[in-house]
Amino acid sequence: MEIIFLTFILVLSVFLGFELISKVPATLHTPLMSGANAISGITLAGAFLAAGATDNDMASWLGGAAVAFATINVIGGYLVTDRMLGMFKSKRGQ
Amino acid sequence: MDIAIYTNLAYIVAAALFIFGLKMLGSPATARRGNAFSSMAMLIAVIAGLIGSQAVSYEVIVVGMLVGALIGTLSARLVAMTSMPELVALFNGSGGASSLLVGWATLYYFEGDVVPTFTAATIVLAILIGGLTFTGSLIAYGKLSERINSAALVFSGQRVLNSALLLAIVACAYLFCMDPSATSVYLYALLGLALLLGVMAVIPIGGADMPVVISLLNSYSGIAACAAGFAVGNNILIVAGALVGASGIILTNIMCKAMNRSLANVLFSGFGAAKTAKAVEGEVKPISVEDAYYILEAASNVCFVPGYGMAVAQAQHVVKELGKILEANGCEVSYAIHPVAGRMPGHMNVLLAEADVPYEQLVEMDDINPRIENVDVAIVIGANDVVNPSAREDPDSPIYGMPIINVDQARTVFVLKRSMASGFSGVDNPLFFGENTRMLFGDAKESISGVIGEFG
Repeated sequence: MEIIFLTFILVLSVFLGFELISKVPATLHTPLMSGANAISGITLAGAFLAAGATDNDMASWLGGAAVAFATINVIGGYLVTDRMLGMFKSKRGQ
Repeated sequence: MDIAIYTNLAYIVAAALFIFGLKMLGSPATARRGNAFSSMAMLIAVIAGLIGSQAVSYEVIVVGMLVGALIGTLSARLVAMTSMPELVALFNGSGGASSLLVGWATLYYFEGDVVPTFTAATIVLAILIGGLTFTGSLIAYGKLSERINSAALVFSGQRVLNSALLLAIVACAYLFCMDPSATSVYLYALLGLALLLGVMAVIPIGGADMPVVISLLNSYSGIAACAAGFAVGNNILIVAGALVGASGIILTNIMCKAMNRSLANVLFSGFGAAKTAKAVEGEVKPISVEDAYYILEAASNVCFVPGYGMAVAQAQHVVKELGKILEANGCEVSYAIHPVAGRMPGHMNVLLAEADVPYEQLVEMDDINPRIENVDVAIVIGANDVVNPSAREDPDSPIYGMPIINVDQARTVFVLKRSMASGFSGVDNPLFFGENTRMLFGDAKESISGVIGEFG
């Protein structure tokens, strides 16, 4: 049942993703990509399970590395996206 | 049990905020707030994930986060806007690596218990896609930063080798799923093969096709997160991963369309070997900075068409300065951007935004083409293939059928170029020999500064 439930979520999210992203204008495609980089750092939530939940050394090492990689994505992705989007100014704003 | 309910409720809130954040990316006016919403969603999801993991030791987590935060902050702060494609490539790679590691580590979670076949299969997917994304992105980074040769690397027997590689992966995946454990020899074989696959997948792709590759790897990093989500049974990973995956696929599709090539063509064949286009003959008409100034001074509608060369010459600031002077002179100024100009989707837009060009002046190919006849001067800066009329006129040209910005139909075209070398595709460009084309040879930045000096 769990498999069906997770697949259900997957299918709906894919459709929603296509709807949302196809409305993003070409001007913002680079920030969209770096924003997507940040979102893919969501594996952090999964990495915690691996890093802290067992006392197996190997699992901790792998989990710790996963936490580090995912945090690079989250922090780096959001900061650089914000930096870029801050540069997009309207004519009226000047 | 209680904790699981609260974490899942938090995940629902996070998913809603992610979606809302992406929706706000639909306009430059709301995009920055959208990014803030998205980062809030991430904070909620991460806190919920941390509590929900019921971790017994936090040391590894804290160290990992500190290291990641330090690297992330530094790279985001220090990167130059011209190097954005390299940074996105590296971030794609680290997303892939993280999914690979999560999938791998999940095996230890079962400690002696039998790993269900479905979980084993999703772990295999997380490792495969994650590994492929990781090394593929590193190669893409190397090509983008010119640390390795950015040309397509094709050798005989490549297809046979790749087919063998895929077969080996399928075989190992099957054998691993039959008896999944953290010590299985097939697990290590899969890890190695996945990493090798990433290298093999990206080396035959040339520098000019990087917008496609980087979009596709972006998508893979999302799909890998999805697979990791299935492996650990976490729904926020699936939602967020699917959003990223969809985003990357849409961008990949846009890039392929803009080059009039199928994805298979970009991925599996080195470019331009098959056909030979007509040799272009004629006389190029060079122009001096002073003459360029006289024409621009009299123009009432000027359109800049930037390409990767503008990024290389770091010319975006002088371009904007010239644009501002022309506007003050009563001229209408726009910047026409081809979808595959530069090395990643939207690359030129970011550079011009950095130089303070208001986003209303950044126009897309489909908006400028119907009114290109009204443009007095089209100034092509470091772009080549995306303005090559052969794509429209010469059925034998390797780029035939690719939509281009029809600058040759503007009243006058200035082409800023270092020399007469051809573009990345190696195709001759009849635009340079056009009746209404004037070549302004030299470094783009110096040429434009020269024109600005004349206005002085």
